[in-house]
Formats: sequence, C-alpha cells, structure tokens
Amino acid sequence: MPALKTRFNYLFGSTKGLILVAIAMIGIVAAIWGMLSGPMAEMGVREVVIKLFGMDMVQAEREGRIIILYHSIAMAIVAIETYMVTSLLKMKEFFKMAVRVLITVGYMLTMVFGMLFAYFGHNWAFHGLYITGLSLIFFAGVLLCIALWPWNPEYYSTDKDYARTKKGLDMERLAFFATAVTTVISALFGAVPGSFFGNGFEVFLAENVIRYPEKTLMEYSIIGHLHIMLALIGIMITLIIGRWLNFKGILHKVAMPLMILGTIVLNLGVWGVATPLEPIAHTIIYVGATPSMFAALLLLIWSWDKLIREGTAHLKKPNLLQKLGALVRDPLKFGPTWQMLFMNFTTSGIGIFMAIRLDEIFRVWPAREERIELTGHWHALSAIIATIILLYYGDIMGLKGKVRQLYGWGLLIFSDIALAAVTVFEMKRLFITEAMQQPLVNGLMLAMDVGLGLLLTLLAVVMVWRLIDLFKPKGRWTEEITHELSQEVMK
Amino acid sequence: MKRLFLTISLVAVLLTSCAPVDLNAPIPAFDTGIDPSSWAQIPAGEFYFGQHEDVESTEAYEIMITDVTTAQYAGFLNAALAEGYVKVDEEQIVGFYPGDEFHGVKHEEKIEAGDWLFIPLDDPSQRIRFDGSKFTVQDGYSNHPMTSVTWFGAWGYCEYYDHRLPTEMEWEKAGRGTDERPFPWGDEITREHANFYSSRDPFEDMSSFGSRTSPVGFYNGQKYSDYQTLDSASPYGLYDMAGNVWQWTGDVYEGMHYRFMRGGSKDTYDMDLRLWVRNNATPTYFSPGVGFRCAR
Repeated sequence: MPALKTRFNYLFGSTKGLILVAIAMIGIVAAIWGMLSGPMAEMGVREVVIKLFGMDMVQAEREGRIIILYHSIAMAIVAIETYMVTSLLKMKEFFKMAVRVLITVGYMLTMVFGMLFAYFGHNWAFHGLYITGLSLIFFAGVLLCIALWPWNPEYYSTDKDYARTKKGLDMERLAFFATAVTTVISALFGAVPGSFFGNGFEVFLAENVIRYPEKTLMEYSIIGHLHIMLALIGIMITLIIGRWLNFKGILHKVAMPLMILGTIVLNLGVWGVATPLEPIAHTIIYVGATPSMFAALLLLIWSWDKLIREGTAHLKKPNLLQKLGALVRDPLKFGPTWQMLFMNFTTSGIGIFMAIRLDEIFRVWPAREERIELTGHWHALSAIIATIILLYYGDIMGLKGKVRQLYGWGLLIFSDIALAAVTVFEMKRLFITEAMQQPLVNGLMLAMDVGLGLLLTLLAVVMVWRLIDLFKPKGRWTEEITHELSQEVMK
Repeated sequence: MKRLFLTISLVAVLLTSCAPVDLNAPIPAFDTGIDPSSWAQIPAGEFYFGQHEDVESTEAYEIMITDVTTAQYAGFLNAALAEGYVKVDEEQIVGFYPGDEFHGVKHEEKIEAGDWLFIPLDDPSQRIRFDGSKFTVQDGYSNHPMTSVTWFGAWGYCEYYDHRLPTEMEWEKAGRGTDERPFPWGDEITREHANFYSSRDPFEDMSSFGSRTSPVGFYNGQKYSDYQTLDSASPYGLYDMAGNVWQWTGDVYEGMHYRFMRGGSKDTYDMDLRLWVRNNATPTYFSPGVGFRCAR
C-alpha cells in the first residue's frame, strides 16, 4: 500500500506527475479516436475500433460527439498549462492546491464521462458529470485569476532585467493574469450558447454555418469562443515558454506590454463578434493579434540569440555555420520557438491570406473546400501547441544526450512533415483541380499519416518508459516528486 | 545508407504525387435498369427537415427518380442550341438567366440578367463532347449523372422542359420521407449503399484518378459482375440521394449569391451523405462531383 500511495502522490500531487498523467490521457484519446476518421476510416480501421470498443456511433449525433471530443482534449491541455503556470509563478500554497485539485478532477470528469457519454450510448448521468467537470475547470480558472493577482506587492518584481513598472508591478505576471482572466470570460461565450443549444440537442459545427449571412447571437458567440480559446491557449504557452527560458532584458520589457495589450484587444475583438461591434470585429482582432504575434517574435529573437551566444561562447569569432550549429544543438530549447515560427507558415499566414483574399479566392470554392481550410487551420494550430508542450515536457523529464536529441528532433521533424502536408492539402485548390488531385492527395495523406503516426509512436515509447519507471522503487519519478518548474528555469 | 534510403523514399513519394491522371481511363459499363426519365410523386404534407428535425411541410410535387444523365443533358443541348436557347461562346456553353435581386449584404455578389456559363467545354473532366454542330457523350458515361455543370446550367435544363430545380425542402423530403432517417435507405451506411470517397466501388482507383461517378440508380440491390450493391432507394423510390454527385437545389436566398447543394458525392466522406448536410458554391461553380435533378 505505501508503494501505491507514494506513486499516487507523485501522479496526482506533484507538478511533473500531474503533467505526465494529462499527457498520457491525451495520448490515449488521440491514439484511439484518431483511428475513427480520415485515412483510418478509408482503410476500414474505424469499423474494427468501433466493434472492438463497442462504440455507439449514431450518424445524427456526429457533431455532438466531435464537440465533446474537442473539449475533452482541450481541457486536458488547459490543465497542463495550469500546472505549468502554478509551478512557474509564485502564489499562495492554498490557491495552488485548490486550483490543481479543481482542474484535475474537472478535466478527468470531462474527459472520461464526456467520452463515455458521446461514444458509448447516452447515459445522462455521464453527461451531467461531463458538465460538472467543465464547471470545475471554470472555477479553477477563477481561482487561478485570484492567485495570479499581480497587484499584490508580494509579487512585485525588484529585478530590473524584467519588464516591470516603476512601482514594481511584474508585467509578465500581469500578462499571465490578463490571459487567465480573458480565458475565463471567453469560456462563458461557449458555456452560455452551449446551454442554450440544449445540452447537445441542437449542436452545430461553426465551419458549417460560416457562409450564412445571418447568424444568431448564439452562433456568433460559439464562433468567437472557439477562435479565442485556441488563441488564448497559444498565448499562454508562449508566456510559459518565455518563463521557462527565462526571457528577460530589453526585448522582454518591450514584449510583455505588447502581449498584455494584444491579449486584451484580441479578446475585445472576438467578444465583439457577438455584439453590435461585429462589422468591425475583424479589424479589432487584427489590431490585437499584431502586438501578440510581435511579442512572440521578440521572444524568438531573444531566445535564438541566447542559444547562439551560449553555444559559441568558447569561440572567438564564430562563423555562420557555427552559429547555426549552436542554434540547433538542443532541439528542446530551439524547438518551441521554431514551432512558433513554423506556425506562421501553417496557420497564421494561411489565416491572414484567407482573410485578405476571402471573396476573390476562397468564397469562389464550394463551402466544403472552405471547411477543409478552416478545420485544417485549427487542427494545425492545436497540433503545434501540443508539440511545444511535448518539447518542454522533454526538458521537464530531464532527457539528456542522445535521447534528448532523438526525442526533440523526432517531435520537430515528424510534426513539421505532417503539418506542412496539412498546409499544402488545405491550399491544394490554388494549384490543382479536383479532377487531377488524387495522386497529390495520396502523397500528402501519406506524409500526414507517417508524420503523425511516428510522432504518436514516439510519444507512446516515452509513455511506456514512464510507466515502467513507475514500477521501479527508485525510478526517475522519485526525483521528480518534489521538483517545481520554477527551480528549472534556465539561467 | 539510411540517408540514401530516406531520400529515395521521399523522392518516390513526391514523384508519385505528381503523376499525371488519365481522366479518360476506361470505365466499366453497367445497365442499372433504372429509367432516368421517370418521376416520383411526393405527396403534400409534413416531414422532418434538417439535422434538428424541424417539422416542415410541402405541397405535392414530382421529382426525377435519378439525377439528370449526361445523355439527357446532351439531348437538351442539341435541342436548345437549335432553338437558340443556349449559345456557344468559345469553349463555353452559355444561356440567359434573368438575374437575382441584389441586397448589398456583406460577401454578396451581384447576379445580373444576362448570359451565364451553363457548362465549360474545355474542362478536362467534361463528359459532353461538341464537334461544332452536335453534342455527344463520351463512351461509357451516357447513364452517368451530368457533371461539370453550373447552377445556371442545371436551372436552364429544368426551365427548358418547364420544370424547375427542387427547393432544399423538396429535395430533403424526397430523400427522407416522413421519418427521421439520416440516409435515404435508413440509419446506417455501408460501402455497398452509395458511391462516396474510397467506397471501393468498381469505378474508382484511389491510386490514380480517385473516385468517379457511377451510373444513375446503380445502388439498387443488383449484382454487377462480382460487385453486390444494396437497394438504396429513398422511401419515395429516388436513387442517388446520397453520394455519387452533389445536387444543385433551386432556392435563391436573400442576401447571398451562393446556391446550395445536397446529397454528398463520390468525393466526400460518408458524413456528408447525411440527408440534411448542405454544401454551397457560387452559381458559376462546376465540378466533376456536382450534378442535379429536376422537380415539377
């Protein structure tokens, strides 16, 4: 029993254990439910999985199932980010504990009972527990906002290397706070219409109503909600990576106010979609997104400069190749910001291009083509955020040497192959007709499947390794049990 | 050695991806026994409309039991060209459309009175041939649905015979009957029910040209060579109301120039074959996966 208790304490009482559990849960869901669509369905794998697990897949309920699936995964991601924030930033122990308990119970209820309800018949008690889970996560968010309150003098910064006001207000903490507060408010933009649409009785997917000139307030609210939640998860992981890498100096001082401004304006724009501001909402969103993205760019410049300086410190006059070598010598430190840059090719760039040329190009295509762009765009952004988390997790696990290189480069290469293929797939109509596309589609599908398959295999290997480790009395988990991420912030 | 293998594999994938597609590859010919010139009677009354099963009603009407075939469309073009109903404009067949009322709504585009594209003649997947005086059908495609036809081309065909395109409600009622089924034949879908993406029918080759249309009424329970189909008729006896080709419908909605399509196609996954699923495009859009049928 003591052996079980210590392991339980590690998995549900320590930062690293909690992150491990959430990643494992997402991995299991991604592995099983990833076999229900796309090429897996074409190959007949879907039928096997449905029979094997006894799933109940009523055709009329597909939209509702997908919404619950998205939320199940997203809530676990939000939980991981929350664990990271509560471990990286100073806060009262009570708040830290309360937030973690609420969000852990919350995402587990959401994931377990949500998926049971959606895919294994409709036990309405399960649906109730799913909603309870989402509610707990919401309250965890409210508590996190209180815990992060940046105007508490206890949290004022005295270090001049970091962005702060004259009085000492920690601008980075304010950026975390702004992101947390806007996330909680934005959750309501999904929760209210979610209740309105009758707990799933009249669900719809936003990508299916995108062209209708008249949408209801609740439909606008859902569209705003799904866009901003993903953006906020992206902003939060950017702040987390900045904290881990110990982002500081003049660029930090410029970036943090931009991040705060961008987050607030971006949210105002998205909330504006569901208000009379709708006609200019997109303009407000662009205005908000620009400083946020610029702040991320400053983090990238700073971190790459740091990697190059540290990696060439032993050289008197490093040449370009040596600098490049220094930049990429540690994939776990280089990877997160590289993925942010790569995101501009796969997500942000595509999104901006679509917005600018919407009527000339994309709205000439049938709605189903536009749906491919939209869903591909969201999937790519989600996948990039997931890989950034996994790259950071590689460092959290303390991977070293060759294993660190293999894990880091594996994640980067596999995901980037898949995401590049997704991007070409989304945009294929720009350069190939429907009639001629099949060989290209086959090639791209292969690249996507190989990329994602290898990535999931890599993750599975790590998870199995961690599982085996749990059986060892003095495994790695015993070292991780008391570690906080704030202790491992880069020097 | 490992690097060489990886490079060769990547190059092979790239080259395969760029392989040319033979759009005129031989296609199996089957007689389905379904008469594309027959009509189904749909009685007046209520039915479940849309995913959320709103109760709506229609007057009585008739609707074609299959999509308009390429042979039927070629016959129309020959007659219509002789009468001056359609014109040849370089590589296009055009015809007059009286235009839509314009409301200036965001994203709405003007559809003015004038000649609009019915079908392109130079599209590589066009199955109608024109030798300068007569329209004919490419071998093997005469009983396939007419595709690469714009909404104007579909509207023009139906109008020419004093018919019309069905409204979305009429289309869905004809496919669904009066119960809540998601597919014309019932609750579930298998590969033998309809022609959809990668449904392994005798007409597709996913390594080359991909999915192709099947003859109208193909999924009627018959066995073709060694391929057994299931009877996929709707409660009113309509065929191909799920899969094969998207079907243009006739509604012109205020504030939008898009025209709506129903039924899913050979190029979409089974989820798009559910009867309430909508697709839309500009009325000048044409595709090898879009056809139509008429109502009256």
